[in-house]
Amino acid sequence: MSDDLRELYQEVILDHGKNPRNFHASDDATNEARGNNPLCGDQLVIYIKLDADGKIADASFLGKGCAISMASASMMTDLLKGRSAEEAQHMFEAFHHMCTGEGENVELDEDVEKLKVLSGVREFPTRVKCATLPWHTLVAALKGENEISTE
Amino acid sequence: MTTSSTARLVTDPYDVEAIRADFPILARTMHDKPLAFLDSAASAQKPRHVIDAVSDVYEREYANVHRGLYQISEAVTERYEGTRDIIRDFIGAAHSHEIIFTRNATESINLIAHSFGRAFLKEGDEVVITELEHHANIVPWQMLRDEKGIVLKVAPITDEGELIMSAFEELLGPKTKLVAVSQMSNVLGTILPIEDIIHRAHAVGAKVLIDGCQAITHFPVDVQALGCDFYVFSGHKLYGPSGIGVLYGREELLNAMPPFMGGGDMISSVSFEKSTWAKLPHKFEAGTPAIAQAIGLGAAIEYVNGLGLAAIAAHEQDLLNYATQQLLSVRGLRIIGTAPNKASVISFMLDYAHPHDIATIIDRAGVAVRAGHHCAQPLMQRMDVPATTRASLGLYSNRADIDALVQALGDVEEFFG
Repeated sequence: MSDDLRELYQEVILDHGKNPRNFHASDDATNEARGNNPLCGDQLVIYIKLDADGKIADASFLGKGCAISMASASMMTDLLKGRSAEEAQHMFEAFHHMCTGEGENVELDEDVEKLKVLSGVREFPTRVKCATLPWHTLVAALKGENEISTE
Repeated sequence: MTTSSTARLVTDPYDVEAIRADFPILARTMHDKPLAFLDSAASAQKPRHVIDAVSDVYEREYANVHRGLYQISEAVTERYEGTRDIIRDFIGAAHSHEIIFTRNATESINLIAHSFGRAFLKEGDEVVITELEHHANIVPWQMLRDEKGIVLKVAPITDEGELIMSAFEELLGPKTKLVAVSQMSNVLGTILPIEDIIHRAHAVGAKVLIDGCQAITHFPVDVQALGCDFYVFSGHKLYGPSGIGVLYGREELLNAMPPFMGGGDMISSVSFEKSTWAKLPHKFEAGTPAIAQAIGLGAAIEYVNGLGLAAIAAHEQDLLNYATQQLLSVRGLRIIGTAPNKASVISFMLDYAHPHDIATIIDRAGVAVRAGHHCAQPLMQRMDVPATTRASLGLYSNRADIDALVQALGDVEEFFG
């Protein structure tokens, strides 16, 4: 089997894909958005609860998708707690660069380094959107938008 | 025509290895593995005979059609128009001018919605489709509904993927003006009983449009014997070029319908006060058409005729049975679409892996399949799946393709099982 497949489907991704963390709806979310990938029909909803200081108190998601999108959403929601919307935006940019090589090479803090296990998608152009869909949906939720679609 | 290849003559028994040699792309590898192309329902590969016919037009005989008063233009016009005769004979139409060239089946259906729909359907009129339609046979009717206030009714299917005829018949009534159905599902492989559908639709005075995109590549079609009013298909699924499609319509209907697009080639005369339309088929063909592509489609039909659709169907049915048997031996695999009367398409789910992950992994083993909703999202909802993996067969598919698929699914199990 090819090495880039093993790079893409690392143990940690398979684990997050099979047992996604924070996989539930939220009654007290302050922000929520639905993300659609029209290419494959994958859909997910991101729930964010911002506290009085504008920090992310809780993050969760629901949806159906491939191992990559489920793992990405699982890891993302794990990393968001305690961060400001601005920090989340910064993480999105760093992650986007990691997956596509586009944009600026943003410095990652130690926690965000964990996301590097998803960078194997760079060798699979048709799968990049699977990894970035949760993040695009997050950015939409934080902006107060209800729905996004990756074209 | 002086191309370097000819359409194959009937080979008995069906020599699939010799046939594969007619398709140059099948000799290539994908990720250093032999290519197992199992996505012909999305678009089929092209035989040398088609590739040569298209090249030949550009190398020897290219000019615009219907305009030039010189030899090349006249010659290419003759080949282009001659393709209509090939298609007429292929689908059993009464006249060549009932064959309208479009870009693809999607454009053919849109043409009917715009022209027939706008001219003859009014508020409250009903169009009946089925749950297994491709988006191309759903969205144009929704657009017409929003514009004209027609009512769109959807006939249900069973869990196996068969049309429920009694429920379909209940939807028919005096307000039914058009029944638009696929002859074969691109997702489930189900072959619909269109003779029965046409008979019942006509009994209430409705016109019938058949989407033959999938069916036309797998078994013989005779539009006059069927009695359908419209029949549409795409060239690229029938081993021809992309960018060329066909709308067949009965002469009297096409004559009654207004043009779809305005422009050159579709007029009889033009002044700033008034223009008059050309006769069939050109009334519906504004602008310079897909010349080489149309001629390529003619070559594709010659090739298919050389093999014989009955022989192709027998080969594909045998392979479908083999594929079904082999796939059902894969742990956790469930086939979506189990109608007894089906052809050449197997959609499936693995209970431990998502279709996209499956497609990515088996791509690395040289296996090309489609994963996703197959432009049939309402059908996905009906079958309660987010997406499927679909392996589809063509006239060149062989057991090695199926074996490669089954073996590659072992890699998927290794990751996800």
